[in-house]
Amino acid sequence: MKYYRSHVLVCVDPECLKKGAHEVMDALQDELVAQGLIDEVQVLETSRIGDCAHGPELMVYPEGIHYANLTPNDIPYLVEEHFLKGRIATKFIDEQKKSTDEELSAPTAKEVRVVLRNCGVIDPDNIEDYIAEDGYQALGKVLTEDTPEQVIDIVLRSGLRGRGGAGFPTGKKWQFCRASAETPKYIICNADEGDPGAFMNRRVLEGDPHSVLEGMIIGAYAIGCNQGYIYCRAEYPIAVRTLNIAIKQARAMGLLGKNILGSGFDFDIEVRMGAGAFVCGEETALMSSIEGRRGEPRPRPPFPAVKGLFMKPSNINNVETFSNIPQIILRGPEWYASMGTEKSKGTKTFALAGDVKHTGLIEVPFGLTLREIVYDVGGGIKDDKDFKAIQTGGPMGGCLPKEYLDLSMDYEELAKAGSIMGSGGLVVMDEGTCMVDIARFFMEFIQDESCGKCTPCRVGTKRMLEILERICDGKGQPDDIDTLEMLCDQIRQDSLCGLGQGAPNPVVSTLKHFRDEYEAHIVEKRCPAKVCKALIRYEIIDGTCTGCTVCARNCPVSAISGERRQTHVIAPDVCIRCGICMQVCNFNAIVIQ
Amino acid sequence: MTIEIKENTAIQQAVDEAIKRYGIKQDELIPILNDVNRAIGFLPGEALDEISKQLKLPKSQLFSVASFYRMLSTKPRGRHVIQFCENAPCHVAGGRQVWQALVDEIHLNAEETSADGKWSLVTTSCLGICGVGPVMIIDDDIFGNVDPKTIPDILSRYH
Repeated sequence: MKYYRSHVLVCVDPECLKKGAHEVMDALQDELVAQGLIDEVQVLETSRIGDCAHGPELMVYPEGIHYANLTPNDIPYLVEEHFLKGRIATKFIDEQKKSTDEELSAPTAKEVRVVLRNCGVIDPDNIEDYIAEDGYQALGKVLTEDTPEQVIDIVLRSGLRGRGGAGFPTGKKWQFCRASAETPKYIICNADEGDPGAFMNRRVLEGDPHSVLEGMIIGAYAIGCNQGYIYCRAEYPIAVRTLNIAIKQARAMGLLGKNILGSGFDFDIEVRMGAGAFVCGEETALMSSIEGRRGEPRPRPPFPAVKGLFMKPSNINNVETFSNIPQIILRGPEWYASMGTEKSKGTKTFALAGDVKHTGLIEVPFGLTLREIVYDVGGGIKDDKDFKAIQTGGPMGGCLPKEYLDLSMDYEELAKAGSIMGSGGLVVMDEGTCMVDIARFFMEFIQDESCGKCTPCRVGTKRMLEILERICDGKGQPDDIDTLEMLCDQIRQDSLCGLGQGAPNPVVSTLKHFRDEYEAHIVEKRCPAKVCKALIRYEIIDGTCTGCTVCARNCPVSAISGERRQTHVIAPDVCIRCGICMQVCNFNAIVIQ
Repeated sequence: MTIEIKENTAIQQAVDEAIKRYGIKQDELIPILNDVNRAIGFLPGEALDEISKQLKLPKSQLFSVASFYRMLSTKPRGRHVIQFCENAPCHVAGGRQVWQALVDEIHLNAEETSADGKWSLVTTSCLGICGVGPVMIIDDDIFGNVDPKTIPDILSRYH
């Protein structure tokens, strides 16, 4: 393959195309040919490098410089400055844009990129780009130098644990599946990343699909199987497309199919799409779904390693787990185990969301504190408000208050604090968040996504939701907290799968850490964060109000009255608490009580 | 009468194409249903009958699958399907206000289809593009950073 010293990624999103991205690209190609640089600089099409508002725009790697507002006439100057003289053409740099990628910005000091190392750097639709970054070298090494047992030993020594959430040692899982005598065996990649706010796996699938394929092929060799499935959710059409391209290219190069790299080992992968069911991320439900049934979990045992997909021994790992494998093989298990804490090794990707300054994907070694993640990596709370809570582990995770900010992020520490690692969603909440409302919100999600197989989960979550809705509506009853706690225990004990067992977690953790908020809602009929509509009142401050009538004219239900240049009044019985008056008031004269 | 025949042919064609593409295998059932749902907009009883016949699977099983997954619909949908993300990251980013604006504009609640057959409003599971929330999808077009004020403008692009 060809090596280039620079890669230019031109944004070809519809908006940039409209502004002439293709003309800029053509001019660039012509100029590179004219300057004799065409063999040194590769021009590629890409999407989403900015917001297209300042298009046409492009990125130059490896420097990572973002040029915007370009026209074909600017190109000769740009090529001369940047590619001939090696100077940054500052006049085309968009000052307002610090980061070029809304999801994944340049790593901060505390980050270590293993899984995300290639994302946004290589062209995911080109296998040669991946190979140039040492891609498929690990596979070559394994197939020529190691026995399957040795591969399992390497993975065991690395300390890699399942990144889907449960944190089961990957090497052990492979060992169990290898030990099953029955054939055929299957290896499955769980790409059904359904946790709201978590999109780490999507980014890896879209940005570096071959790392997942390579991890799967190595896994298949280790456990002795010839057929793999990637179960990807239908909400990720681009990931499915990218995966299919990657599989095709790997087949064409003999990295998938019969007799891989001349080793005599056969293995192929098929992509299966879900159809919108959160519970399919649970491993047994996922296998039912691949078989063409309702995605309902099955009791374990028998475990998938004994009777899994099509009732045959199966091994199932998450996208991130597989993506770590090639690096572990190449750089050695000791290198991997040198990162992280005693029991949680390596790095973990997280999706930072909510009221934090820099939202998006991060990858950090295990053992960083929540404070380091929120303040050093995430840049702190938006608008410099106060931190209130962080929700870890997705909808079945828990909310941790600020007393836990110095908690070290690893599987055991999080479990001890009453939350979970989950797949890596982190939702940061500021002081303006009502924790009862958040609990209600997650319960609504879980109740909706319960597959309905087990009564405690199907009915219990519905009852819990009803109680939470009642509390938020100001109709909470004195024994509601006791009833909630009783339901939490029963749902947790009596459900079959992780969804049901984890369903009460948002309520359990908010009751543990924010019990006073529940009590304020129920006893005092007050929402301390001023979020729950039934428990708040909009009021106009006498003296600040100038009587400009803007609020009265904008009120959708005519709840505001008053003479011009006189203080206005809101009728609480008519007011629907939409907040429009507060948004339109130019004098900050409206407050929530 | 003629219209009915025409519809039936369309259903038959959609089913035949999907089965030809994926083969007569039970584990291809979800991809087949997905394709037919996409071609017709929903899964009419006739389509389920036909798939049941060709795949030799009981209709009860087909219905159990078709009614389980969120993206498959056994009821007719509008010409344009609005999928609105109401998950936590979009919710805290102002999704609630956008949802209200949407409901006010088209006068539908979740999972409803308008009487004129133009809109269906559904909520969707997280689309994983939380960096640009609130997010909604109309047909295949994705809209990020949606603001209550931009709702009328976005909707006016569809006829």
